[in-house]
Order: sequence, then C-alpha cells, then structure tokens
Amino acid sequence: MTSDIILKLEGIASAYGKIDAVKGIDLEVARGQIVTLLGANGAGKTTTLKTISGIVRAKTGRVLFEGQDITSMPAHIIARAGVVHVPEGRHVLRGLSVRENLELGAFTVKDATLRRDRLDQVFAQFPILKTRANSDGSLLSGGEQQMLAIGRALMHGPKIMLLDEPSMGLAPKLVLETMKIVKRLNETGTTILLVEQNARLALKLAHFGYVLESGEIRLKGEASQLRSDPSIVQAYLGT
Amino acid sequence: MTIFDIFTNQLLNGIVLGSFYALVALGYTMVFGVVKLLNFAHGELYMVGGFAGFLVLSFLAPFIGAGWFGVAVSMVFAMIAIGFLGVVIERVAYAPMLSAPRLSILITALAVSLVLQNGMLALTKGQYVPFGSALGFGGINLGKLFISYNQMILVSVAALLMLALEMFVSRTQYGRAMRAVAVDKDMSRLMGINVNAVIAVTFFLGSALAAAAGTMAGAFYGSLWYFMGFLIGLKAFTAAVIGGIGSIPGAMLGGLILGLLESFATQLDLRGMGIPFKVGSEWKDVFSFSVLILILVFKPTGLLGKSEQERM
Ligand SMILES: Nc1ncnc2c1ncn2[C@@H]1O[C@H](COP(=O)(O)OP(=O)(O)O)[C@@H](O)[C@H]1O
Ligand SMILES: [Mg+2]
Repeated sequence: MTSDIILKLEGIASAYGKIDAVKGIDLEVARGQIVTLLGANGAGKTTTLKTISGIVRAKTGRVLFEGQDITSMPAHIIARAGVVHVPEGRHVLRGLSVRENLELGAFTVKDATLRRDRLDQVFAQFPILKTRANSDGSLLSGGEQQMLAIGRALMHGPKIMLLDEPSMGLAPKLVLETMKIVKRLNETGTTILLVEQNARLALKLAHFGYVLESGEIRLKGEASQLRSDPSIVQAYLGT
Repeated sequence: MTIFDIFTNQLLNGIVLGSFYALVALGYTMVFGVVKLLNFAHGELYMVGGFAGFLVLSFLAPFIGAGWFGVAVSMVFAMIAIGFLGVVIERVAYAPMLSAPRLSILITALAVSLVLQNGMLALTKGQYVPFGSALGFGGINLGKLFISYNQMILVSVAALLMLALEMFVSRTQYGRAMRAVAVDKDMSRLMGINVNAVIAVTFFLGSALAAAAGTMAGAFYGSLWYFMGFLIGLKAFTAAVIGGIGSIPGAMLGGLILGLLESFATQLDLRGMGIPFKVGSEWKDVFSFSVLILILVFKPTGLLGKSEQERM
C-alpha cells in the first residue's frame, strides 16, 4: 500500500458519553481499493464510519481525506468533499419516492445534465429502481432498498464510499448479489471502505482488511493473507 | 333569507376565515415537521406581521396608495421582515435548546410569545391600531349572495401562496431536502444537506406566511391589536392538528375545516325544528373545539397525518 492514500485515520477515538466505542485506531485506505473493516457486533465499526463522515465527533485523533484534515468539519461539508457514507440500515427516506431519494443523493450536484446522466446510469445498473421509481422508497424490499441506498450514493459521485453492512438482513442470494455490486462499483473506479459481519465474503472482495475488537485494531493485512490464515479465521472471523 | 342563502353566505365566510387559519397553520406544521417543536410563538408572528405590514403601508401609501396594490406590496415587505424575525428567533431562542428536554423548549416558545405580545402591548399601549388600508366596497352578486372583491382577492392570494409553497416542497430539490430533514436529519447530512440552513428556511417560510395572513387580516378587518395573535395561534395549532401535524396539505385542509366549522356554528340554530339547540357566535369556539376532539378520538394522527414518525 505505497500508492496514493485517499483516507487516513490517525489515533481516532470516539465515545458516546462515557462509553468509549473506538479507542485510538489507525487506518488507511488506498485510492482505488476495497478495504474492509471487520469485527463482531459492538466492536466499533459503525462508530468508525460515523466518525469519518462527521456524524460522530472524534474525541482525539485526525481524519485525513486526500491529505486534508476533515476531523472537525460538519458532516455535510465532508459529504460535499466526496466522502459518501451509506449507513447501516440503509436509511431510505420515508415519504419520498424512489426517484426523489435518488435525486436527493445528487443534492450537491448543481449541474442538471450531470444529474440526469447519473440518474440514467443508476437506472441502467439497477433496472428495478426504474420500475419502482414512483413508489415510496420505504415500501421497497430490503434488497431493493440496499440498491436504492447505493444508487443514491452513486448519484452523489463519491470519491470514496463508506458502506456499512450492505448485506445485513438480506437473503443469501441477495447477499452475493450485493457483493457483486460492490465489486463492480470498485472496478468502475470507486474506492470503498466496507464494513461487514460476513468476513469471508468481504475478504474475497477486499484488497486489504482490518479487524476491530472492542474499539481497537487487533489485526490488519492483505485480504488474501487474512483469509488464508486458519487461526485468524477461527479466532476472529467466526463463520 | 332562505336556508340556502345562509348556507352559501356562511360557506363564503368560512372560506375567508379558513384561509387565515390555513396560512398560520402552515407555519406550525412546517416547523413541527422539521424540528419537532410546537412553536407557540407562531401566532405572535402573525400579529407582529400585521404590524409590520401596517408600518410599511404607512410609509408607502403616499406613493402607491392604500388599496390592494399597496397592501400587497406591504405584505411582501412584511413577509420578508417577519421571515427573518422567525430565523432570528430560531437561532437565538430555539437552536441552543434543541437537545434539551421537550418541556424546556416548550417553555422557551411560551417565553418568546410573551416577549412579542408584551413588547407590542408596550408599543401600542394596548390600543387598537387602525390599519390604514383603503379597500373598495365593490363585489359581485350571485343571486342573493354577495361576494366582495376583497374576499375574492384575499382568498386568491392565500391560495396562491399555499400553491407556491406546495410546489416548492414537492417539486424543488430544496423542498425535497426539507422533507428529508423532517424524516432523517443524519441521513440528510450524509447527502450534503446543510440541516441548519434547511431549518432556517423552514422558519423563514412559516413566519413569512404568518406575516402574509397578519397583513391581510389587518387590511381586511381594518385594525390591529397586540393580542390578535393569541387566539388565531391556538386555532391554527388546532387546524394543524386536525389536518395531521407535520402534513402541509393537512394544515391547509385543517384550516379550511376549522374556518367552515366556526362560520357555520354561528348560524347553527335548531330551535325552529323543535330542538332546543343553538350555538351562536359566543359558543362557536366551544363547538369547533368539540369537533376537533371528536376528530382526534377517531383519528388521533389527524385527517392527513401518518404514523408518529412519518411527518411532513
Ligand atoms: N448511540 C449510541 N449511544 C451509546 N452507545 C452506543 C451508541 N451507538 C453505539 N454504541 C456503543 O458503542 C459500541 C460500538 O458500537 P458500533 O460502532 O455500533 O459497533 P458495530 O458497528 O461494530 O456493531 C457498542 O458498545 C455500542 O453499544
Ligand atoms: Mg454496526
């Protein structure tokens, strides 16, 4: 990972009141790669992503995006810089149609032609969203909502996408489908920081991986190395 | 007058009254939708808006007259001024409180309301202030029903403002952002929406609509009073709740229903039919609030309201 580092965390710690959720972690994402952040429930993965995107404020440490310190920037400014967080649970906007959800994804895109082109691309990539364009986003199935959440992020034109458990709650077939989508996103140039509970799958896609445990990095390495080490698989990655 | 004449006449009065209620109810419902705050100072913005319109009109009348044109121009200035006042109130009084317990914010809103009301009491010494508009008395006769041009203009302006708001909220990117902020603030931030700016715009629009209603009420009824915002504030809140608080079409519908209810209530007299029941104007509020309670018994979320979470 000597190449261009797009995102870098230095000693990031975050807490909710007295509960320390993340306890001083270092993490790097190289441009063009998929980096996965693994760990059991409650390890601090979501908090890490929220700290990057500015929803949770870091207690100590710095977040550098393209070399720029974004640690104390407001969340909407971080998003405008191109850090696009697809949160756990998708957060499709209730009361807004699929099309409106997508259009809001491009809230920061002022060029109407560019917005329309991106909408066409998203519809081409996820035809189901085009079919359901006028229905309330919250009425879609889990898998469709995940596509909507990713499509909405694409409308923004991300430089890096933070994906929090995109396969959560999906049927096994859809989990594989989602992973394929993530892979394709990356192949078309999007850098991805992927949080997953399904470690085996994530390590198949990723170039590099981190394992978080109780708010601390326990392990890191090339994905190929992590997934081929049986002791690691057993100790940290479960099934 | 036949029953039919009374009916059409009260229908007209109800629509005029309902337009005022709807305009004020919109501010209540928008602010509630976006920040989940019952802005009890909202009725006072209607009152202060009326006085702002009066001030502008007294400056401009020598140049552009005090007819509907003068009133309309004054209304626009009042809307802008009170819109900014709403934003200032939000920044100074509510923003620091938004993470405080609900009750604290409610008390803050009551305090803001008292400051505005008593400020105006001090300025006007409690006197009625003639608005100074010079509107004509013309109109058209439809059978026995007389519709004044004033009523027509007032209702059209109110309808136009509401249509504009509805278009803004449903069709523009910023309107979508407002709806997004109402349902999910963190997700809105992640999409690059400046949530504080959206909240400010919401307060601006809601306050501006109250000022429009206040100015038109001053022009239409002829005078202003420091206490005029109190009851309409309560009623607009009622209208917003009937319609389903947080819902924009709901506030419009609720305002209209409340206006019609009150206007018909004043004429409700069943004694001629051998039933000893008469509402009359002194009991009209009791009557309409009873209907409100009834509606809420059968539909606790209001007519167009959705479940607890899905508002606006
Ligand atoms: N909003 C919150 N308030 C208080 N504690 C929280 C909150 N969110 C998460 N936590 C706690 O922070 C720790 C890390 O949570 P989280 O980042 O969601 O983990 P993960 O995404 O890895 O499951 C957990 O102990 C969790 O209980
Ligand atoms: Mg999580």
